[in-house]
Amino acid sequence: MSETTSRDSGYESSLKDSDTAIAAFQPRHRGFLGTAQHFLHASPTMVPVIVLLLSVIAFGFAAPNFFSAFNLSLIMQQVAIVGILAAAQSLVILTAGIDLSVAAVMVMISVIMGRLSVEFGIPVPVAILIGLICGSGTGLLNGLLVTKVRLPPFITTLGTWNIFLALNYYFSNRETIRSQTLDTDAPLLKLFGERFNIGGAVLTWGVVLMVAIFVILWFVLNRTAWGRHVYAIGDDKEAAELSGIRTDRTLVSVYMLAGLICAIAAWASIGRVGSVSPTSFFEANLESITAVVIGGISLFGGRGSIMGPMIGALIVGVFNSGLRLAGVDVLWQLFATGWLIIFAVAIDQWIRKISS
Amino acid sequence: MSERQPVLSGRNIVKHYGRVTAIDHADFDLYPGEILAVIGDNGAGKSSMIKTLSGAVVPDEGEIRLNGEVVHFTSPIEAREAGIETVYQNLALSPALSIADNMFLGREIRKSGFAGKYLRMLDRKAMERIARDKLSELGLMTIQNIGQAVETLSGGQRQGVAVARAAAFGSKVIILDEPTAALGVKESRKVLELIQDVRSRGMPIVLISHNMPHVFEVADRIHVHRLGKRLCVIDPKLATMNDAVALMTGAKKPETSMMAA
Repeated sequence: MSETTSRDSGYESSLKDSDTAIAAFQPRHRGFLGTAQHFLHASPTMVPVIVLLLSVIAFGFAAPNFFSAFNLSLIMQQVAIVGILAAAQSLVILTAGIDLSVAAVMVMISVIMGRLSVEFGIPVPVAILIGLICGSGTGLLNGLLVTKVRLPPFITTLGTWNIFLALNYYFSNRETIRSQTLDTDAPLLKLFGERFNIGGAVLTWGVVLMVAIFVILWFVLNRTAWGRHVYAIGDDKEAAELSGIRTDRTLVSVYMLAGLICAIAAWASIGRVGSVSPTSFFEANLESITAVVIGGISLFGGRGSIMGPMIGALIVGVFNSGLRLAGVDVLWQLFATGWLIIFAVAIDQWIRKISS
Repeated sequence: MSERQPVLSGRNIVKHYGRVTAIDHADFDLYPGEILAVIGDNGAGKSSMIKTLSGAVVPDEGEIRLNGEVVHFTSPIEAREAGIETVYQNLALSPALSIADNMFLGREIRKSGFAGKYLRMLDRKAMERIARDKLSELGLMTIQNIGQAVETLSGGQRQGVAVARAAAFGSKVIILDEPTAALGVKESRKVLELIQDVRSRGMPIVLISHNMPHVFEVADRIHVHRLGKRLCVIDPKLATMNDAVALMTGAKKPETSMMAA
């Protein structure tokens, strides 16, 4: 042994005397803001829930008739379609991606379902099934482009958005299938527009469908291995890969499920609009992203609860309805939505600071 | 000694990246129950070589044997299934997921019966119980809540979770890539104790490290990697840290007096 070794190797000997409680978890005094930050970090859905409750109460005072069962249920009807699209969007955003094609897929699939039933005389359930399969197919295309061709999700879906929009015009001949035609030839397509009353509230099956989709997704994301993998991939894809998750396969399945949900939204949208129009829901794309962001799901992936976007969609609906009933110009609805987005992302950034 | 069969061995491993030769006919041997340290200067190719053993890199040439059987890993998943667990330098943990979720990432336990089979529901209680057991076994139960997110843990605790995960599931070999590089003195100490604890249970460990005191403290043999291949294997009791540094930087030629048996 040379002198160097003996001098070096003893350098940690004093550690024996060091405090043995070193790794203990020390309770920190965080103060009110810190406690709030930790609380929100642990339960990310609470931000949109609080915002929703406050806005409902505020508009209840500010706008006449706002706080009626009828109006509140009307808001739910209005947000159902964007809400379902937001569910699809959430899945993709949880993996740190984004899907710009959701609305285009929905409109295209509604055209496919409508044309197959009305023009080609295919039995309506079969037409719906074909539509659902086509929807999953659009997701498969997005998913393969993202994983195999390694294109960023933004670019992939920017491209497929345009492609699906073009196909939508091709399949539809730019013609609308009118409500009366649907009533006689394919009433099943309008199923989710049918209303029923609970007390003073008027709900549609579309609202029930939206809630059901979110509940199912909540279960799948939180109680199955697949769901945990979706979060892990969004959190850190490389780490997920090294942990033994087949990330590409999971990503493709995420896009396919998103496509399927868009196709389900297509069916529901026919009921909501009453007709099949190739030019409907032009803004639903960005509205779905808005709902997801306001719902507290991080655009950087891996964070947020799936229930958030449903609440996010409701918040936008409440603002629009409340401002309208208060007699405020439509432009202020946009103005409010804009601030909501900025507020939501600012809160997200603040909560995420905890991890650094 | 020569009749001892290595648990994990590599022969003539070659890997090119374009025109760069990262691994140049390298050999590697890990024997049962030992801690083998792998040292080498930056760019010597030790990480690349270790990645061929853990399945993250597929070698162009050469042969890898696990318990005498030739294996061909094309992904880390295959190496894991064969019983080789790797703790990567970046730990491969998902910060937002809980400790239990992380320990079982990629090998979750499902409930039995209908809920597990058809609803594919996870058995959270079982996973949390096993995770807690594994952590206590390694003396890591200073972690309060098994359901807390990994990002709320300190660096040492995260490392502990990653090592515990490897120790819990690795059946043949554990590879640790720079486990103390990002840690403070006290946390490093904990992790080194953890490593020795794992070895004492008979698990062979490959330890890649730049930290000479740590290497000389825990390693049974030291594999010196230089210019893409194994230069020599030295015995930490016969060589000094100075020798080791001189060997890996090329300042000194290997001498038989410091060779490991």
